[in-house]
Amino acid sequence: MSSYIRRKLLHLIPITFAVTALSFFFIDLLPGDVADAIAGVGTDNSMVDEKAVQAIREDLGLDRPIIVRYFSWLANAFQGELGRSYQTGQLVADAIGLRLPVTLQLLVMAQVLAVLFAIPAGILAAYRAGKVTDKCVTTLTFAFLAAPSFIIAIVLAFLFAVLLNWFPATGYVPFSDDPIDNLRSFTLPALALALIEWPILSRVLRNDLIETLQEDYISLAKAKGLSNAYILLRHALRPSSFTLITIVGIQLGNLISGAVIVENIFALPGLGSLLVNSIHSREILMVQGIIVVMAVAYVTINLAVDIFYGALDPRIRQ
Amino acid sequence: MTLVPVKATSPGPARPPEPFVSMKGKVSGNGSNLMLWLPLFWMGILLFTVIFADVLPIRNPTESDFTALKARPSVEFLLGTDVLGRDIFARIIHGARVSLLVGFLAPVFGMLIGLSLGIMAGYYRGRFESFIVGMMDVILAFPNIVLAMCILFFAGASMVNLIIVLSITSIPANTRIARASTLVYAEREFVLAARSQGASDMRILWNEILPNIIMPQLAYILSFMSIVIMIEGSLAFLGVGIPPPTPTLGSMIAQGFPDINTDPHITFMPALFLFLTVLSLNLIGDYLRNIFTVRQSAL
Repeated sequence: MSSYIRRKLLHLIPITFAVTALSFFFIDLLPGDVADAIAGVGTDNSMVDEKAVQAIREDLGLDRPIIVRYFSWLANAFQGELGRSYQTGQLVADAIGLRLPVTLQLLVMAQVLAVLFAIPAGILAAYRAGKVTDKCVTTLTFAFLAAPSFIIAIVLAFLFAVLLNWFPATGYVPFSDDPIDNLRSFTLPALALALIEWPILSRVLRNDLIETLQEDYISLAKAKGLSNAYILLRHALRPSSFTLITIVGIQLGNLISGAVIVENIFALPGLGSLLVNSIHSREILMVQGIIVVMAVAYVTINLAVDIFYGALDPRIRQ
Repeated sequence: MTLVPVKATSPGPARPPEPFVSMKGKVSGNGSNLMLWLPLFWMGILLFTVIFADVLPIRNPTESDFTALKARPSVEFLLGTDVLGRDIFARIIHGARVSLLVGFLAPVFGMLIGLSLGIMAGYYRGRFESFIVGMMDVILAFPNIVLAMCILFFAGASMVNLIIVLSITSIPANTRIARASTLVYAEREFVLAARSQGASDMRILWNEILPNIIMPQLAYILSFMSIVIMIEGSLAFLGVGIPPPTPTLGSMIAQGFPDINTDPHITFMPALFLFLTVLSLNLIGDYLRNIFTVRQSAL
C-alpha cells in the first residue's frame, strides 16, 4: 500500500508542474504584452497611461525570461500569493478564499444529492434489468444526459422559483447568518448540478450491479432464503460501488464546469461566478489564479480518490 | 486511473441469463426502433433546414420588427419574437448552424489528433505512452468549460478559436479510446504475422490496426458531438462564446432569461431545440455503439 501511495504521489509531481505551467502560460496567449492588457490597451475605455503600463511591467517583472517568471510565480503561488487585482487592489488569494467555501458547499451538496438519486435508481434498474422499470430509468437517464446544465438550471428556476415560488431564484445567505435560509438558497443550484450528475452514476452502478448479481455468492444468498432487498443492499451494493467511487472523482471536473454555470444563473458568489465576472472585467491575474486553484484541486482530489480506491480494492495496487 | 467514457455504458455483460436478473438482449434493441428513427428524422430535418436556411423562406435573424416585440408564436412569427422583435425561429436555425458546424468540426479534429496519439501510445508503449497519458491527464485537470473559457478569454473569442479550443477538449477521451483498443489488437496474431514478414511499424499501424479500431472510434463521435454542442451552448450562455451579432442558441437562452416570468417562450424555444438535438445525437450514437461494442473492460 505504501509503495502504491508513493507511486501515486510521484506521479502527481510532473502533473502539478505541467498544470501550473499551462495556467501560467495561458497569459502569454494574449495578443501583445500582458502589462498592456492589464492596463487596458486596446479596449474601449483606453485612456492608457504609458507610465501605468511601465509600472505594471516592472511589478510583474516582465523583462525577465519566461522560465524565470514561471518559477518565481510558482514559488509565490505555493505560498498563497497569486498577485493582486489591478482594478480593485484586492489580493487574488483573498478573493478566492472568500468564494471557495460557497463553491465547496455547492459541490458537496450536489454530489450528495446525486448519489442519493443514483443509488436507488441504479439498484432498481439492475434488479429489474431488461424489464419496464429498467427501461424507464434508462430513458430518464438519457433525457437528463441530453440536457446541458444551464437548461436544467433554467427549468428548475422557472418551475420552483417563478411558478411555485418554493425556493428563492437568487440571493445567497451565509450559513452563519441563517442556516435554514442558507440551505434554501443552495437547494436549486445543488439540485441542478445533481440532476446532471446522477444519470452517469446511476448507469455505472447499474452495469456493475448486474455483473455482481451473477456471482455465485448471490445465488447462495438467495438459496439461503434471504430477501431480495437484503441481498441487494447488504451483499451486492458494496462490491459494485468501486467504479462509482472513481467516477465521482473523475466527474468532479464536469461538476466544476457545471458549478460555473449554475452559480451564474442563481447568483451564488462562488469561484465560478468570480471567474466569469473576472473574464468580463478582464481581471487577468484573477482568472489565472482561479484556473490554477481549480486544476490543482481537481488533480489533488483525484489523487485522494485513487488512494482511497486502492485501499478499498487491493487488486488495483498491482 | 481508468476513464470509462462516461456517456458510453453498454447494457450489461453478454453472459447467459441468470434467474436473478433476466437480460433480454439489448435494452434499446427489442420492440420498435422508434428511438432510432425519431432522432434520425429530427436530425435530418434540422440539417436540411440549417444547410438551406438562406434559400428557404426564413426571416432575417438579425432584423428587428419593433411593432412585434416579444410576440407569441403565430403564423407570422412561427415561434414568436424576442426582446428586440427578432424572429425566434430564424435565430434558432442560424444558431443551430453555428452549433452544428462547431459540433461537427471540433470532434472530427479532436478525433484525428486523439486517434493518432492514442494508436501510437498503444503501439509503441514505454515512455512515449507515459508521456501521452500524462499529457492527457494535464488537459483533463482543467474542467472543460473552464479551459475553453480561459483560452477564449486570452486568445480572443472567434469561431476559429472556438473550434480549436473545443477540439482540444475532445482530444483526451479520443486518445484513451484509441489507446485502449490498440492495446488489444497490438498483441494479436495477425499483427505478429505482419511483423514477422518484415512490415514496417507504419504499415502495421495503418493496414492492420487502424481498420480494426476505426469503427468503434467513429461510433463514439456522435457522443462527442453532443458534448461539444453542450459546451458551445454553455459558453455562449455565459457570454464568452462567439460574440454577437451572430445568433447562437446559448446566447438566445441567456437573453430570454430575464423575461422568463412573462415570456418564457423566448428562453424555452431555443432550449428545446438544443435539448432535442443533443438527445437525438445521443440516441443515434448509443445505437451505433451497440453495433460496434467496444470491450468495456479494455477501457
